[in-house]
Amino acid sequence: MTAVRVLAGTRKGAFILTSDAKREDWKVEGPLFAGWEMYHVKGSSVDPNRLYASQSSGWFGQIMQRSDDGGKTWNAIGNEFPYTGEAGTHMWYDGTQHPWEFKRVWHIEPSLTDRDTVYAGVEDAALFKSVDGGMTWKELDGLRRHATGPSWQPGAGGMCLHTILLDPVNPMRIYVAISAAGAFRTDDGGETWKPINRGLVSTFMPNPEAETGHCVHRIALHPSRPEVLYMQKHWDVMRSDNSGDLWTEVSDNLPTDFGFPIDVHAHEPETIYVVPIKSDSEHFPIDGQLQVYRSRTGGNNWEALTNGLPQSNCYVNVLRDAMAVDTLDSCGIYFGTTGGQIYCSSDSGDNWQAIVRDLPAVLSVEVQTLA
Amino acid sequence: MKSIQVILPFHLMNLAGIGLTDDLKVEVDEPVCLNAVVDALERDWPPLRGTIRNPYKSTRRPLVRFFACGADISHNPLTEALPEPIQSGEEPLIVIGAIAGG
Repeated sequence: MTAVRVLAGTRKGAFILTSDAKREDWKVEGPLFAGWEMYHVKGSSVDPNRLYASQSSGWFGQIMQRSDDGGKTWNAIGNEFPYTGEAGTHMWYDGTQHPWEFKRVWHIEPSLTDRDTVYAGVEDAALFKSVDGGMTWKELDGLRRHATGPSWQPGAGGMCLHTILLDPVNPMRIYVAISAAGAFRTDDGGETWKPINRGLVSTFMPNPEAETGHCVHRIALHPSRPEVLYMQKHWDVMRSDNSGDLWTEVSDNLPTDFGFPIDVHAHEPETIYVVPIKSDSEHFPIDGQLQVYRSRTGGNNWEALTNGLPQSNCYVNVLRDAMAVDTLDSCGIYFGTTGGQIYCSSDSGDNWQAIVRDLPAVLSVEVQTLA
Repeated sequence: MKSIQVILPFHLMNLAGIGLTDDLKVEVDEPVCLNAVVDALERDWPPLRGTIRNPYKSTRRPLVRFFACGADISHNPLTEALPEPIQSGEEPLIVIGAIAGG
C-alpha cells in the first residue's frame, strides 16, 4: 500500500510523520534525538529505509546518525569532517580573513544510485562525500579552493553550504548553493567548480553583479529537466534554462520576492512554489497572512494559495530546507514553520491542512513516497 | 589502568546509550588525566567521539566543563594529572554542559 513518510528536523529533535496515500490521518512519532538541533533528515531514493540525519548542539558539536529500518533504530556514524590540507581563510564580517572552521552539517544529499554514497553540505562552506554509508567523509575540496574562496563571506546564519542538487541524468554534474557566496556547478564529479551567478543582481553588494557573494537561499530542479533551475535568492526569484549559466528574474507579481524555500511540483516541471516573506528585516508573512505562491508557468504569473492556511496573526517563517513534495499522482506539497506547524496539501497546493501544530521550530522537511 | 568514576551530562548519556541511573566507570590508561579519561570514554562509547573535545583542535569544547573534588578544572591542561581522589575512584570526574543558551 502506498504511503507517505515525512521527515522533519527541528530545533529540539526529529519527527517522523506517516500517512496512507489519502494524507488525511497522520501518525506523528518523536521527538527522536530529543533536545538536539536536527538540521536535516533525508532518506535514500535507492533504499527508502536508509535514512541519514544531522544532529548537532552548541555544547557537544556534530553527530551524524543513520537508520537502516526507516527510522525505527539509529546508529551514530562518522562525525569528522576534516578540510583537506591547509584549511585557509575566508572573509569575515569585519572584512578580515578568518580561518575556515567546521561548525555543522546543514544538508545531507543521498546519491541517486547508491545507498552508501551520500553528500554533506557544511558550515563553514564545504562539500563532503562518503562512499561507505557515512562512516567516513572526504572533502571535495575543489569547491572550497576555488579562486574566489577567500572572498566568500558568511550570511547572517553562517557561511553554510545548504543546497546540493544531483543531476539525475549526468552523474558528473552537481549544483550547490552557499550563503553568501552563491551557486556553483561541477561537471566533473566535484573536482572543479564554476560559479553560476550570472544574471543575479544583489543591490547590497558593492558590485551588484559580482561573480560571487550573492545570498542564494535555495535552488531546485525537476528531475525530467535538470538543466532548468529555479532559485529563491535573498531577494528575487530566479530561473535558469541553461544549468545556471544565466539567470533571469521571474518574481513578477509576488507581493514580496524575499523568502527561503522554493520547490517544484513532482509531475509538472513548470509548476513551482515559494513562500513570500515580508523582508530581510522582518522574517514573517506580510500582514500576518501565511500564503504559498504557485506559478504554473515556470515563474511569473503567481497565484496565492491560502485555503487552510492562517490568514491573520501568523508571524512564522519557513526556512530554506523546510519545503518538499511527494510523488503521488495528486502531488503533495509540504512545508514546516518556525512556529512548529507542518502543513500538507494533497492537491498541489489548492487546499492545506496542518498535520501537526506545536512542534519545535521546524528546520527541514523531506518527504518519502513509499510503495 | 585505573577505574575512574565519571558523571556525564544527560545528552551524552543518551547519545552513548548509557542508562541515566547507571554508575559510569571507565578503565583509564595511566597517567590519568582529562585526555586519558576522554580517550577511554570515546573508546568504550564511540558515539561520544568529538563531543567533549573539538576533534579538529583536540581542545575542550567551550561549553563543556570539568569538575573534580569540588573544583572547576576546565582550564587545566588536558594532560595534567587528575587529583588523587579521582584516580583512586573515590570521587567522580564530573563533565557538564555549561548553563548557557535557552
